[in-house]
Amino acid sequence: MTVRVSITVNGRRFDKDVEPRQLLVHFIRDLGGFTGTKVGCDTSQCGSCTVLLDGIAVKSCTCLAAQADGAEVTTIEGLAADGQLHPIQEAFWNTHGLQCGFCTPGMIMATHELLRTNATPTDEAIRHGLAGNFCRCTGYQNIVKAVREAATVMAK
Amino acid sequence: MSSRIFGSGIRRREDPRLITGAAAYTDDMTLPGMLHAVMLRSPHAHATITRIDVGGARTAPGVVAVYTGKDVTLNPMPCAWLPPNSQLKIANYPTCAIDTVRYVGDIVAVVIADSPQQGYDALDLIEVDYQPLPSVIDPQKSCAPGAPQLHADIPNNLAFQWTVAGGDVDAAFAAAEIVVTERIVQQRLIPNAMEPRAALAKWAGMSGELTLWNTTQNPHILRFLTSVVTGIAEDKLRVVAPEVGGGFGCKIPAYPGEFLAIFASRKLNRPVKWTETRSENYQATTHGRDHVQEIELAAKKDGTILGIRASSWSAMGAYLSTAAPGIPTILHGLMLSGVYNVPAIKEDVYGVYTTATPVEAYRGAGRPEATFIIERMVDKLAAALSMDPVAVRRKNMIPRFENGHAVATGLTYDSGDYPASLQKLLDHVNYDALRQEQAAARKAGRLMGIGVGTYVEICGLGPSQVAAAVGFQGGLWESAIVRVHPTGKVNVFIGASPHGQGEETTFAQLVAAEIGVGVDDVKVIHGDTETTPMGWGTYGSRTTAVGGAALILATRKVKEKAKLIAAHLLEAAVEDMDYADGKFFVKGSSDRAKTIQDIALQANLSWNMPPGMEGGLEASMFYDPPNFTYPFGSHLAIVEIEKETGIVSLTRYVAIDDCGPQINPVIVEGQVHGGVVQGIGQALWEEAIYDENGQLITGSMMDYALPRADRLPHIEVLNTVTPSPHHPLGLKGIGEAGTIASTVTVYNAVIDALRPLGVETMQMPFTPERVWKAMTAAAKPAGN
Ligand code: FES
Ligand code: FES
Repeated sequence: MTVRVSITVNGRRFDKDVEPRQLLVHFIRDLGGFTGTKVGCDTSQCGSCTVLLDGIAVKSCTCLAAQADGAEVTTIEGLAADGQLHPIQEAFWNTHGLQCGFCTPGMIMATHELLRTNATPTDEAIRHGLAGNFCRCTGYQNIVKAVREAATVMAK
Repeated sequence: MSSRIFGSGIRRREDPRLITGAAAYTDDMTLPGMLHAVMLRSPHAHATITRIDVGGARTAPGVVAVYTGKDVTLNPMPCAWLPPNSQLKIANYPTCAIDTVRYVGDIVAVVIADSPQQGYDALDLIEVDYQPLPSVIDPQKSCAPGAPQLHADIPNNLAFQWTVAGGDVDAAFAAAEIVVTERIVQQRLIPNAMEPRAALAKWAGMSGELTLWNTTQNPHILRFLTSVVTGIAEDKLRVVAPEVGGGFGCKIPAYPGEFLAIFASRKLNRPVKWTETRSENYQATTHGRDHVQEIELAAKKDGTILGIRASSWSAMGAYLSTAAPGIPTILHGLMLSGVYNVPAIKEDVYGVYTTATPVEAYRGAGRPEATFIIERMVDKLAAALSMDPVAVRRKNMIPRFENGHAVATGLTYDSGDYPASLQKLLDHVNYDALRQEQAAARKAGRLMGIGVGTYVEICGLGPSQVAAAVGFQGGLWESAIVRVHPTGKVNVFIGASPHGQGEETTFAQLVAAEIGVGVDDVKVIHGDTETTPMGWGTYGSRTTAVGGAALILATRKVKEKAKLIAAHLLEAAVEDMDYADGKFFVKGSSDRAKTIQDIALQANLSWNMPPGMEGGLEASMFYDPPNFTYPFGSHLAIVEIEKETGIVSLTRYVAIDDCGPQINPVIVEGQVHGGVVQGIGQALWEEAIYDENGQLITGSMMDYALPRADRLPHIEVLNTVTPSPHHPLGLKGIGEAGTIASTVTVYNAVIDALRPLGVETMQMPFTPERVWKAMTAAAKPAGN
């Protein structure tokens, strides 16, 4: 059995027949062009799969593709507009906020959400806001720095 | 210009692809006609397989093939570290279990299907009858009489027995005025690289060639092991480590998964991808640590250490992973002297099979455990003598040395200034004031603890002759090729395989600083056995220490040739040539000059070369270091413990590390942050727990407590700079330092906080429950 879904990913509409159990993260990754969204766990803990669903961050492994029918999804590939890095991407680069990069797309999307809901977070608020995203490489310190820098730039 | 590039915290070259989602990790790749492998894994820790029926799975939708151990024609998994004089017994380690399973996660069957989902569905249709057998998880119990036997030909589950000894230990203990003892459980840890492991195998039909994309830290070693297991000759094998999402040791070994993907790809003549789930990763990707240690330290009443005697039972899990036997032995026992003069050392290490996931290197690999022993015992001695732990450290510390210091275990440290490092730490935190603050806190009824940890680590593995002497079945040199194109742009090909450590940037900085090209004019290529020279991989903090040396020496060869060409073109004597900032010029007349770009063009054109010189501007270097490198440092942690709940809060952490000169201080600092947090994780939160039936209780990220952003303080990172005397640039390596120091530093802080209550020892991790129980037990009057 399949269901028909129509999901817009990074501005492009995809009409597809999917199994009702298919997760949004697999829908996105299987499109071919968008493998930046990562799968780091199978218990919705790691946050590597974070994307924006109609502008709000979700862990795309906790959402069925069928639930996203009609929605607009933004992944890490859709964040840079007109070849210009998003200030959050730029800030992660500037502050060495990544090492292996596997958690990074999810971290950047989670940061997007954090700054959407709190434009001037304290370090504590940043750490709290990213507690649902695991990074094994950086010890989080430069990620906190990146979020701080992004907040400053975006406030301008 | 050059001096600015070396030592500058420039942004990383690897980041643009990583922050935009463009980077391709193994699981991101899709090939035409690709199939997916999924594994059926044993739910039992130890059992005999009495029947397998795969009939239902074979006819399930989308299933192309199902293989069991009887179908698989692969050689057994090899072990590549064979410590000498250890009576090593290597158990047969099949890629797919045949009649017995020995840990939860052992592979029982492989399903190949059009999609992973169809494969997982088919797993449910495989019928397996198991006859459960008793399991054993504790390494001390596993080698005791009467324990369940894992491998019929290996009595007492003893994989090996190895001893390190130096100095007269019996005399040390006979002369002792005080002996302190401790039992340490280095709990089992799960590395948790954020990228799960994956393999994509592509057999190229009639040509007999195979390409394997794999999440590995060492593609060249893996190619060699692949040829051993599959029988495909190395020249027909290409192993690629594409983007790799962290390793921390668990991506050093070869695993059955990649070989089974290769097996299926060959059988079916189609590409086969296998990607583990996180649950599989927890069960079947190697774990770290898992040692039980009993230690005695002999000393004089003034705090002078006379000797250490220890026994260590090190769990290996069900089979010996690729490098496993070398970790609790060579990388551990030889480092027991730490930063101190310890005249006599003896440790007996028992490697023991247990019905658990195989154990491998995990960040620090053996050295955190060694540092733990000595730094823990020093603190215990201080407490027993009512001395300040810093005073005991000072009393025994090896004084500054610049070129070699021999310790009782037989190693010769390269260079160090441990007292200066410790002093810098004490000055930075104002140690005396901290102790006063603590006294005031205690008066006010608060539990504040200060922990100090000093360390020296053995890095930059290592001289190949030593590798041979300690049974490592490979060399430990590194390689680099520097190729200057006609335009003066440079490609660097290295044998090592970084996966987050930033060498695409730091190595470009090295080349740019040496020959005066722009850092953006250098591209570093790694991770593909078909394009890069042989190398031994990225682990043991060796890529910069060994690979960086190979690179700088190759670059100097290029520079030497460039100078000859410049002299020829300028019609000057070579002795009259000078070099600065990318220009070769005649001494005294700087306008008679050729830039490195001019020379690169001429060399590649070869229209007018010095007589007899070959064309091109390229050099390679295979560098075998004369010694290991020995980074060191001093760390401090402050904790506050809530009396009512036992919750430990880490309120401050300071790290001072010395890895020699720093190519890129921002990257160095990042390595320290990550390492420190992994070590903190061991002290406070992380533990792989098995129940009495050998079931992994902490089998998911929900149950295994990884460090999270909101539970950590800001880490203060400082450094000292003591060059290695034998490295061409004095570099030592920084990848593991943080982890090596931080676990025991936090441990010491927690015990320091609880000492007024009479708590002297506790098992990690310091969960609130454990701390609360320890406080409660200590509060009971003696005898109860
Ligand atoms: S993959 Fe979605 S939270 Fe881990
Ligand atoms: S950068 Fe590797 S997991 Fe975050």
